[in-house]
Amino acid sequence: MNTASQENQTLSQKPTEQRAYVAPYVDIETTESGYVLYAEMPGVSRDGIEVTVEDGELVLAGHRQPAAVNGQLIHRETRPLSFRRVYELDPSVDAGKITARIDQGILTVTLPKAESVKPRRIELE
Amino acid sequence: MNIIRYQNQGLSDLSQAFDRFAVLRDEMDRLFDRSLGPVFRTTGSLSRWAPALDVYQEKDEFTVVAELPGLRKEEIELSLNDGILTISGERKQEKKNEQTYRTERFYGRFHRSVTLPASVDGNKIKATYQDGVLKVVLPKAEEAKPKQIKVSVG
Repeated sequence: MNTASQENQTLSQKPTEQRAYVAPYVDIETTESGYVLYAEMPGVSRDGIEVTVEDGELVLAGHRQPAAVNGQLIHRETRPLSFRRVYELDPSVDAGKITARIDQGILTVTLPKAESVKPRRIELE
Repeated sequence: MNIIRYQNQGLSDLSQAFDRFAVLRDEMDRLFDRSLGPVFRTTGSLSRWAPALDVYQEKDEFTVVAELPGLRKEEIELSLNDGILTISGERKQEKKNEQTYRTERFYGRFHRSVTLPASVDGNKIKATYQDGVLKVVLPKAEEAKPKQIKVSVG
């Protein structure tokens, strides 16, 4: 189980800003044409979403403000942190065709595989 | 063979241990071309889904904020009984043709009840659902609002 510690080392060497994040729950589906990710990011609006691809890594980030509520907090269960999760991208994904949308706190990211990688039938000459 | 390797930030070691088992289980499922069934899915389905909520108090009202992403407002049921606010509903998992690679989200019925520390006016409750967050504002009943009591010398 060395991979766990190796991953942690890689993360700490990255020059990320010192901010605490929470990892959102993400469902992943595979299709013939690629992947679809569904990330739960309640409280994040369109402006707060940041999806980036760099060096073969997909970064899903959702920034949110604490709820604008009158009054004193008497019971807390939520964690008022922004969301962040990093995935190492399957090389067959066409990074230029990744799309994302957000609806009621669910970020849906579609990762299409490059055309050349899809299974295809070879015709006989 | 892992198709996507993942890095989790902010998870404890115990959660990461569960994640490893989940990946192993999913890979074995694919090898045997069947799913072990809902009981043995990821840790998410072992416990009933209980959405997180916060409660705020102001002198005139209470506000309950619940994180319920991915629903339509018709799917959320709100009721007030004897000063207990109940938020419930069901999040349905859409059966698609695509194959599920990894499930972490909670599905199914959810149910939370909050006992409010003072009585509220049931007719004046307002609820909004935006960005996956349900916000319920419950104005206090007249008799529950803080009042100044004059002391007379007699």
